[in-house]
Amino acid sequence: MLTKRHLMTAGAALLVLGAAAVAQDSRPSATTAAPAGTRFITVASTTSTVDSGLFNHILPLFKAKTGIEVRVISQGTGQALDTGRRGDADVVFVHARAAEDKFVADGHGGPRRAVMYNDFVLIGPKSDPAGIKGSRDIVAALRAIQTKAAPFVSRGDRSGTHQAELTLWRDAGIDLAATRGSWYREIGQGMGAALNTAGGMNAYVLADRGTWLSFRNRGDLDILVEGDKRLFNQYGIMLVSPQRHAHVKQADAQAFIDWVVSPEGQKAIADYKVGGQQLFFPNATDSGA
Amino acid sequence: MRDTTSILPLSVEGLTFEAGGKRLLDGVGFALARGGVTALIGPNGSGKSLTLRMCHGLMRPSAGHVGWAVADGIVGGLKRHAMVFQKPVMLRRSARANILHALAAIGLSRSDRNARCVAALERFGMTDLATRPARLMSGGEQQRLAIARAWAMAPEVLFLDEPTSQLDPGATRQVEEMLLALKAEGVTLVMASHDMGQVRRLADRVLFLNRGGLVEDAPTSAFFETPASAEARAFVAGDLVW
Amino acid sequence: MDVTQALSAAFGLVFGGDHAFYAIVGLSLTVTLSAVVLAALIGLPAGALLALARFPGRGAVIVLVNGLMGLPPVVAGLIVFLVLSRSGPLGSLGLLFTPAAMVVAQTLLVLPIVIAITRQLIEDLHGEYREHLASLGLTGIRAIPTLLWDGRFALATAILAGFGRASAEVGAVLIVGGNIAGYTRTMTTAIALETSKGDLPLALGLGIVLIALTLGINAVTYAASRVGARFAG
Repeated sequence: MLTKRHLMTAGAALLVLGAAAVAQDSRPSATTAAPAGTRFITVASTTSTVDSGLFNHILPLFKAKTGIEVRVISQGTGQALDTGRRGDADVVFVHARAAEDKFVADGHGGPRRAVMYNDFVLIGPKSDPAGIKGSRDIVAALRAIQTKAAPFVSRGDRSGTHQAELTLWRDAGIDLAATRGSWYREIGQGMGAALNTAGGMNAYVLADRGTWLSFRNRGDLDILVEGDKRLFNQYGIMLVSPQRHAHVKQADAQAFIDWVVSPEGQKAIADYKVGGQQLFFPNATDSGA
Repeated sequence: MRDTTSILPLSVEGLTFEAGGKRLLDGVGFALARGGVTALIGPNGSGKSLTLRMCHGLMRPSAGHVGWAVADGIVGGLKRHAMVFQKPVMLRRSARANILHALAAIGLSRSDRNARCVAALERFGMTDLATRPARLMSGGEQQRLAIARAWAMAPEVLFLDEPTSQLDPGATRQVEEMLLALKAEGVTLVMASHDMGQVRRLADRVLFLNRGGLVEDAPTSAFFETPASAEARAFVAGDLVW
Repeated sequence: MDVTQALSAAFGLVFGGDHAFYAIVGLSLTVTLSAVVLAALIGLPAGALLALARFPGRGAVIVLVNGLMGLPPVVAGLIVFLVLSRSGPLGSLGLLFTPAAMVVAQTLLVLPIVIAITRQLIEDLHGEYREHLASLGLTGIRAIPTLLWDGRFALATAILAGFGRASAEVGAVLIVGGNIAGYTRTMTTAIALETSKGDLPLALGLGIVLIALTLGINAVTYAASRVGARFAG
């Protein structure tokens, strides 16, 4: 009887200790990955940079040099910019030029620095019902898909890829609002989910090359259209405005931005390869990017 | 140093209870002096249980008054009257823990609790049952434990609501022996009962209730030999009473 | 992909000595158990209070709590997100995208379950104990400790139900935790991530480990409460 009571007390004490441990963990100064006292910044970025494994490659290099841990939240570009706007991140690292410019113009952060580009590829089933395989003209390919009403999966999540896709439809002279039918399927999810869905429905889908190359569940999907200039996808990086959000870690965040666009950071990006292929092409020095 | 001020006599006056527009108890009054066994008898719905509960303070009368010699029957912070129910309420703990819980609830110190608990179990020969889960004991054992638990609280008055109506004859006899022992110690017992044999065996005084009213208040032998009212005569004779 | 691949992935995870994986499991358990403990500390007394108290609108509160048992995790996550965001009322605490935020969100999910089941159990138990406890002077809230203690084995089921809900959900922890590698990545958010990367065997392998853990904890708790219940009757 007594021992049973003691056991229960001990159990309860353990649970409370566990809760205390988490409370301890959650203080900004401590992480599960690093000892207490670690400096860290939070970066809101896109699924393409995270899912492709780029950050896993470059962040340890940055941390080794500066001791600053970078915590990355992967979201669609629109959502990542919102996260910055709310002040829930120190740095935004995304790919949708128009939205980025608006973010800066509205005073939410900046200045925007060009970092790198990758390219989009049009993925589709090997059976290719729209007959576009091998084309280098993305606009013509989209027209063919629309004409044949071949299934097409859209991210539909305001991400950079989604916005690029919408721009391409406009370039093709197709008014989606007027012509879309059941062939056009918006899923409102990330790149990986869109690829999984396209695989399941034998549909076409626009993807960034990085995510595609690291994607394991390809099934019957393949690259059908690539190499069109209009498929280039520029990434930019911005400091969230410390004027708007006093808690932004300006010095450490700026250090990360400076490193990413420095020759050393640019080389780290260029060095990242999947299956022997380079995914991201640094172009911080390209004044027009 | 225990305060030995008595909470008796108890004076019950005009006890009335109404629920749902029905008068379930109608002006019951009696006085209770120290010692002895008083039996509340009468048909189902006559108001026996209600009377006990109001005396014990579990229910408030719509009108009337329960007057202890000391307010609420509480002396030095301790309630000096206890109650045992028809179906014993056993906590999901050992027999011993059931007694300790009651003693803790009324505010005794830890050492007092242990001493009284040991004494209660020994007093009624239940030491062997101390560590048994109370709810796994037989009905008779449970009722004996309930009485031991009440005894441990050292009440001056003990109310019992048909304490043996769900027990077999053997268990009933054991419970009756306990009650006689309590009576011999000077505990004042007030019990509702349907068992006329039991009333004859245990009670010194009978309060006969019918349809919410106190019909007769007499010594046990007098009540059974010469009931004063027609209802009591019919009840004793085993007829239906209306 | 076939099941053997998933099983070998699960095996590899468990016995592979991968510290990142153990950290994920550790974080998942710590977050979920903390949320369950917090929810129990709040929910058991609150449920008992709701069982015993009589006040205007009590019925509405009970319906509300019962309804909140089905609160979608993403909604709970969104609420906590909005409150903890730097632009939200508690933004200055800087808790968004930390394990603490995940604990808060999961507590919000578990709490209605604990309160609702506790309320029902305690109400039933009180029906049985009420007169005896009142006789001992334990009326109103003073009856609560006895009722909670005597209901402990049945209440373990309420807590297990809460644990199951918390350990299985992904929507809330994803929104408020951000699935940051090595910091707020849990079993379920890792599964979501691996699924989105198309690594279905690894995702399923993680799922198998998660299910095994949940089953293990349930089995232990169930066995303990059965043994205890047999003792207590």
